Amino acid sequence: MSIEFRHVSKHFGDFTAVDEVSLSVESGSLTALLGPSGSGKSTLLRIVAGLETPDSGEVLLAGADATDLAPQKRNVGFVFQHYAAFKHMTIRDNIAFALTIRKRPKTEIHDRVDELIRLVQLQGFADRYPAQLSGGQRQRMALARALAARPQVLLLDEPFGALDARVRAELRDWLRRLHEEVHVTTVFVTHDQEEAMEVADRVAVLNDGRLEQAGSPVELYDTPASEFVMRFVGDAHRLGDRLVRPHHVALRREPEDGCIEVEIERITILGADVRVDLVDGDGDRLAARLRRDDLDELGLERGEILYAQPERARVFD
Amino acid sequence: MSRLGLRLVALGYLALVLLAPLAMVFWRTFEHGLAPVWSSLSDPATVHAFKITLLLAAIAVPLNTIFGTVAGLAIVRGRFPGKGLLNAFIDLPLALSPVVVGLALYLLYGRSGWFGGWLTAHGYQVLFAWPAMALATVFVSVPFVAREVIPTLRELGEEQEQAARTLGASAWQTFRRITLPSIRWAVVYGVVLTTARCLGEYGAVAIVSGRIVGRSETVTLRVDASYQTFDPTGAYAVALVLAAIAVAVLVAMTLTKPKEQTA
Amino acid sequence: MPAASVTAGRLRASAGARRGTTRAALLPLGFVSSFLTVVVVLPIAALAWESKRQGADSFWRVVSGPEAVAALKLTLGAALVVSVLNAVLGTVTAWVLVRDAFRGQSLVNAVIDLPFALPTIVAGLTLIALYGPRSPVGIDIAFTRTAIVLALCFVTLPFVVRTVQPVMQELDAEMEEAARSLGASPLAVFRRIVFPNLLPGILSGVALALARAIGEIGAVVLISGNLPYRTEVSSVFVMNRIESGDAAGAAAVAVVLLCVSFALLLAIGGLRFLVTRHERV
Repeated sequence: MSIEFRHVSKHFGDFTAVDEVSLSVESGSLTALLGPSGSGKSTLLRIVAGLETPDSGEVLLAGADATDLAPQKRNVGFVFQHYAAFKHMTIRDNIAFALTIRKRPKTEIHDRVDELIRLVQLQGFADRYPAQLSGGQRQRMALARALAARPQVLLLDEPFGALDARVRAELRDWLRRLHEEVHVTTVFVTHDQEEAMEVADRVAVLNDGRLEQAGSPVELYDTPASEFVMRFVGDAHRLGDRLVRPHHVALRREPEDGCIEVEIERITILGADVRVDLVDGDGDRLAARLRRDDLDELGLERGEILYAQPERARVFD
Repeated sequence: MSRLGLRLVALGYLALVLLAPLAMVFWRTFEHGLAPVWSSLSDPATVHAFKITLLLAAIAVPLNTIFGTVAGLAIVRGRFPGKGLLNAFIDLPLALSPVVVGLALYLLYGRSGWFGGWLTAHGYQVLFAWPAMALATVFVSVPFVAREVIPTLRELGEEQEQAARTLGASAWQTFRRITLPSIRWAVVYGVVLTTARCLGEYGAVAIVSGRIVGRSETVTLRVDASYQTFDPTGAYAVALVLAAIAVAVLVAMTLTKPKEQTA
Repeated sequence: MPAASVTAGRLRASAGARRGTTRAALLPLGFVSSFLTVVVVLPIAALAWESKRQGADSFWRVVSGPEAVAALKLTLGAALVVSVLNAVLGTVTAWVLVRDAFRGQSLVNAVIDLPFALPTIVAGLTLIALYGPRSPVGIDIAFTRTAIVLALCFVTLPFVVRTVQPVMQELDAEMEEAARSLGASPLAVFRRIVFPNLLPGILSGVALALARAIGEIGAVVLISGNLPYRTEVSSVFVMNRIESGDAAGAAAVAVVLLCVSFALLLAIGGLRFLVTRHERV
């Protein structure tokens, strides 16, 4: 099911959470809403679910206007950052909830729940209570619960934010593979650019309630539409009047056109890569990334004066 | 049910059961004007009743404050067997009918009671005099300070006290300078509840006091007696004073209520 | 080695502190136990002794007498009705105080505690003034069982409200949102999500209300009229027995009341234990 936002805005008192956002999400895709806290990404997600209503604009689900449709009628699955597990029910009853509500026959519910428990690898935990599960297990249960009634859209609100780093990495991977198996239109919210770039087909970057840019991870990285996007999805430094990525900074011993004089402050070897910290004539700092071979070729040392030339840079107004 | 519907049900219930009756006291009392009210309140029996009530409160409140604080500390910080039993006995007065309390004291201090015989033989009047009334008042108001101190102490944790000890403070100094200040408001709230309970006690003192007018009547017994002897103005006059005190108590409660219990 | 001696020193110090605490705890502990014994334990023991002293026959004679039985039935019946009323209306009130927002809400919240602040006899007096023979609103329920229920509602009103309020505040709003997103109607959300999580709190409040209602006297004694077999509750019965000099009879009924209260509290405690299974990991 495709999702479309048309000039959607939402305010909470004086605070503008979402500001005239227009965005299309293709059916079956895996999209990330990326941005810092307060950028409106969670609000936008909740608007899709019907947990918030926009003040202006429309939301279309599968082409039909769903702006005022109640959450119960939207057939979306929602996964919360802190799981929102029904703590008074077993795992089995949690997962079965959507089907129990729809009064499906007991055998159908039982089979579907078993299928989902296998899918999320919680075999053996079916009759436990959420309090007895770890955070990662609870989140997998929440996912299974959201998928039970075969929603046409799966929404995840910072789903791995409350988990520790290792579990987060595992579940990221796992979500990607799940999407490949289940093919449901999935939208997830995150403030972690690495997570968005790694997992999603398409990333929409939000800032202060406005959509900065939407595109594939590569597009965002190589052709950012604004300084904000460039800085948010990767490292970027000022070189003169332009913004350049560290591994696009070429270091020369002789000055050429467009070069800036810099002094080496520090050379750090990071395994296969090298980071060279530089400072220019105005005292501004930047960094260049080279391969080890390049470092050896140039024979760089601390304190040396070199000339930095941006190989690929962007200028923003 | 809609939000407005629920609100109306709740507010309607509260108005019917709580507020309307309270308003009645203020209205009925002055039905015949101010003079009868004043003469009822300055009646010697009434004045004496107020004195006795204040005496009982003056005994019970400090005693139970000290007990409640010490018992609370012992239960939360102490290590000894039988904590559960101690807790149960502290909570017991809340589950007992005041009449049962009065009966128990009557059995203990009555003429044929366990202590009664010995006490009367040696000239100590307990039953039908203020000592029994004091015992009854203390009994029914035992739990309040303890029940406020205990959860507050639990939440506070021992770290501040441990820090004080490592810095060289003795047990008493730690108690005085660290523990007591941090449970101050819980104790005050408990004192407010205890005082309200002492002033409002009826069943237990009714039994052990003998209700001797001008000798062993509390204000609550006075209200009852006035009403039973067809002196409604007298009853309402005292009731009005008690209602006014109750409003003051409510204000004090609202101001000192520990955070976790406020909506 | 320095590290080991520092550790050993710290261990010795804490052991000393622990011993010191236990020694220092003896005095306060002694005070606490003596105080409780004199004030609470001895009187209760005297009561238990007295009822035993009577012998089984005498005990049963009093307790199965028609007036005692009538009083007990009335007391229990009224207490149960009031507990159910409180369970429902108390929960609604807690809901309105926690989930709703209107002007004067904090005033309403404060007023809930009135039954704790007002002497019960004053409450009884005001109830009879309002709903008795000279009622300004024309409602006269004096000397009826309805009056007893009303009086008991007054004194037990805060209990369920105050035990449910904190539970409702702590309730995870996201659980309800999750239920809605999974297709549950507002009624289903309440029935399947909110209510099961409120139940332990409601049960605690009901236990407190029951215990209070069974033993109440001050609020009831004026408006009920204390008519034997009609509007006489057990607490009034016991008081009458004492005032007629029949302490033994009073003790018998008092013990029955105590046992009933105890049994009810156990039952509710057991129910609460069952209902909070999911919290015990």
